Amino acid sequence: MSGKEYRTITDVKGPLVFLEKTEPVAYGEIVQLRLSDGSMKNGQVLDTSDDQVIVQVFEGTASVDRQTGVKFLGDVFKLPVSKGLIGRILDGAGKPRDGGPEIVAEEMADIIGAAINPYSRESPEQFIQTGISAIDACTSLVRGQKLPIFSASGLPHNDIALQIARQAKLVDSDDDFVVVFCAMGITAEEYNFFVHDLERTGALENAALFVNLADDPAVERLITPRLALTAAEYLAFEHDYHVLVIYTDMTNYCESLRQIGAAREEVPGRRGYPGYMYTDLAMLYERAGMVKGKKGSITQFPILTMPGDDITHPIPDLSGYITEGQIVISRELHQKGIYPPINVLPSLSRLMNAGIGEGKTREDHKSVSDQLYAAYAGGRELRGLVAIVGEDALNERDLQLLKFSDIFEDQFLRQSRDEDRSIIEGTLDLAWDLLTNIDTKYLVRLDQKWIDKYHPTESKS
Amino acid sequence: MSEENGLIYRISGPVVTAVGISPRMYEVVRVGDEGLMGEVIELHGDQSVIQVYEETSGVRPGEPVIRTGQTLSVKLGPGLLTQIYDGIQRPLADLEATMGVFITRGVDADGLDLSKKWEFNASVSVGDEVSGGSIIGIVQETETVEHRIMVPPGKSGKVANIQSGEFDVTTTVCTLEDGTEVTMMQEWPVRTPRPFIKKNAPDVPLITGQRILDFLFPLAKGGTAGIPGPFGAGKTVTQQQLARWSDAQIVVYIGCGERGNEMTEVLTEFPNLMDPNTGKPLMNRTTMIANTSNMPVAAREASVYTGITIAEYFRDMGYDVALMADSTSRWAEAMREISSRLEEMPGEEGYPAYLSSRLAEFYERAGRVQTLGGGDGSVSVIGAVSPPGGDISEPVSQGTLRIVKVFWGLDAGLARQRHFPAINWLSSYSLYPQALDQWYRDNIASDFPEVRTKISSLLQVEAELQEIVQLVGSDALPMDQQLTLEVARMIREYFLQQNAFHDVDTFSKLDLQYEMAKAILTFQEESEKAMAGGAGLEDVVNVPARTDLMRGRFEEGYAERIGDLLGEMSKQIAGTMGDN
Ligand SMILES: Nc1ncnc2c1ncn2[C@@H]1O[C@H](COP(=O)(O)OP(=O)(O)O)[C@@H](O)[C@H]1O
Ligand SMILES: [Mg+2]
Repeated sequence: MSGKEYRTITDVKGPLVFLEKTEPVAYGEIVQLRLSDGSMKNGQVLDTSDDQVIVQVFEGTASVDRQTGVKFLGDVFKLPVSKGLIGRILDGAGKPRDGGPEIVAEEMADIIGAAINPYSRESPEQFIQTGISAIDACTSLVRGQKLPIFSASGLPHNDIALQIARQAKLVDSDDDFVVVFCAMGITAEEYNFFVHDLERTGALENAALFVNLADDPAVERLITPRLALTAAEYLAFEHDYHVLVIYTDMTNYCESLRQIGAAREEVPGRRGYPGYMYTDLAMLYERAGMVKGKKGSITQFPILTMPGDDITHPIPDLSGYITEGQIVISRELHQKGIYPPINVLPSLSRLMNAGIGEGKTREDHKSVSDQLYAAYAGGRELRGLVAIVGEDALNERDLQLLKFSDIFEDQFLRQSRDEDRSIIEGTLDLAWDLLTNIDTKYLVRLDQKWIDKYHPTESKS
Repeated sequence: MSEENGLIYRISGPVVTAVGISPRMYEVVRVGDEGLMGEVIELHGDQSVIQVYEETSGVRPGEPVIRTGQTLSVKLGPGLLTQIYDGIQRPLADLEATMGVFITRGVDADGLDLSKKWEFNASVSVGDEVSGGSIIGIVQETETVEHRIMVPPGKSGKVANIQSGEFDVTTTVCTLEDGTEVTMMQEWPVRTPRPFIKKNAPDVPLITGQRILDFLFPLAKGGTAGIPGPFGAGKTVTQQQLARWSDAQIVVYIGCGERGNEMTEVLTEFPNLMDPNTGKPLMNRTTMIANTSNMPVAAREASVYTGITIAEYFRDMGYDVALMADSTSRWAEAMREISSRLEEMPGEEGYPAYLSSRLAEFYERAGRVQTLGGGDGSVSVIGAVSPPGGDISEPVSQGTLRIVKVFWGLDAGLARQRHFPAINWLSSYSLYPQALDQWYRDNIASDFPEVRTKISSLLQVEAELQEIVQLVGSDALPMDQQLTLEVARMIREYFLQQNAFHDVDTFSKLDLQYEMAKAILTFQEESEKAMAGGAGLEDVVNVPARTDLMRGRFEEGYAERIGDLLGEMSKQIAGTMGDN
């Protein structure tokens, strides 16, 4: 049945094509469309019955007409995977974009990906040092985590992602990461920025790129991250690689999802996004982790730009419900000239506790991190009050917290784009130094035993 | 074409339409060449609409659909505990054994190991009159839990034959005079509540070891609670804390449409965590259902029913069961997704119009009951709710709040300040204290309710004073009000905050909670006295013994030392009068 070409298109709506009177077509089957001018488009079956088939066309439906030939290829979408993906640049549909040869498949992998059995997962707990103090101290990353960057337009999220990609390492091993980079609807300029940086540092040879740019088909974006994650799974679970997946921009992905939903006239969920967007995003984000009996791992860094800087917008909101925390970039800090402008207060790493402490980073890490948070949060809150009543109305404790919040931003958060701080000397010891600006009696989050051991001026050692 | 076999007409994601069969509603059917498991959810002319519990890509119209005659049911019997299932009671360990680490499809797995032999000890004798719910024997299922084998609901008669010994769960262990054969396993349709004699008023607290919950907003055994909150506010940690430390005898934990790693965490941790009530691994009393966000949505929809049916079954044995569902919003979303595929008329925010009745039916399955066997059992239900953007004006939060008796409102602002548990003490409530107060007076302290009232009113007063402070700063307040603020700060930082990840702080016994609350009130009284005698606020607040008292809670043996620490604090506060 896969040989036959149909010319039974009845309707074309947005990115969707409706046809009737076909042989039985499989749900999810791959479709090829041949236009009257001989050019080809690709699609996938979204709904199938004896009477009607609905096809989503990746390249959009421009120039499709009732004479367009439609061929069902008999199988669901598969990516040829092999170790040879490393060092290659592919387009958003998985075809070479670097002028190189087709990928010689060691295996054809279904891009939807099966769910990892929760019973078969291994708890991620190996600390990754990113060299960025805000992250390492306060939202520590572990191998196998999915930790998105919540940013907004005009903020340096790409620099941060690249800095992480360059500097990420395990403290006690020299296993390197392989980077799988997935571009969804970003501009050519942004893309070049990534590629040049990866090239400059030699990382490109150790990376696989899947690229759908702003002027590439929008619907294709729905498969690009699935290709990237399929490649990542193959490299991690068949070839023991530790894979770092950076994908950007999730916001463009969600826009494409919304477009399909609208074309199908589905009842929309919040702000016009499909009601199943949570599940759809989960099918990407949950493809991170470690599994029993396999050496490799997948760590994900999705980047998304929050429309209107609004963290309650459905895209960051649903993401935050699935990912294991989030790193929030702040416009306010950026405008103050602080790089990296990470606002640690709404940021979170849910897997931090498993990855830090004695034998992993240092025994006092949790305490120090809690104290930094509390003091900085307290200080920031007081800024508002001071604006109204002035500093005179503050008591001693409040004055110290207020001052601390500035010091924290200026000396702890701020670092240069190539500054790679070690967790012990670079980050935790620095934190202790800065905490000397607050009397110990106000440092209620610190266990006395850590004060006795690590406080630069009050320690007993 | 036979009556039992039909054909697929249409496939749209998890929803498949079949023609040529006339099944019953909620009947289980086998779909397609691979025999994927599905359940009939709508009959429409000659079409039967089926939700399929496995991925449907690659399935074609024209493939077969086969009736099974069964409704979606769970297998109940020894072997439920320590298990982790997917939403339709397939043991995840069995799936791993047949499929590897990724869940593929078309594989069946029994909810109970049908070949495993259990030591059955009969507890009735030939000639005894038994009926549905009567306990006829005992199996020591885990080190700490005895599984009470019951006559299935609806069966009764005189025991004609019964024997102790080693049997598997499908072997008849007891025969009634009318020939009814009773095995150690029952099957029960998940969408039908299990029967009981009557509901009793909940008047015993479910003690959780979490200070803010037990002390200010308690849940009763057999009660219902909702925990709404934005992401990162602490729904899952709170649910896990309840699964760890609450004094239920059985815990059913449903991971419904949430993260895979969170289930792994429970799985790796519970076998090594000791139940404070039995001193044995927590896993012994726990059953888990894990249908994570990336697993099929139809099975997610079913997972909640699978879980509550298992909970009811243990309740029927006379146990206090606690069930956590994290998150009921994901369940509601599964309903919404299926409903929209059915092209049903949507209600608010696209949810089906029956959303609130489904929520109500679910929570109604909680309760403290007189069991069919005459015992006393309970199911407490704690549902997490994940409102979009943290705004609880949405349908799932509202539908839940109309039903549950306890509202633990998580607050993004508190979470951001790392005040955990981030439960807002001003907006949360419990409707149980009145029913529970007698229990507290009898079992903890005769003035327990009064102490609670004092603590919560101090927090109320603080909120009012804070409004003034926002305008003029705290120095502008009179001394006694500044002291009130310090006392309230102590309530927040010493009592309400509780670190789930701290070995000692993670669990507070109820009598210790009471001692800590009293210590705060003592601080208030002693300070008032000292300040009346000329001491300054800073002096009383900064006595070193108060810091020791507060930090002490992180150390083992605090319950034994708190009296001495408190005495020392009072002495030092009294001493501050002399300084000025
Ligand atoms: N009681 C608690 N003690 C310490 N930390 C907590 C507590 N509750 C929540 N947290 C912190 O908040 C994070 C998010 O909590 P979680 O329960 O996963 O949120 P949610 O399920 O609401 O998204 C946790 O990873 C942890 O760091
Ligand atoms: Mg959660």
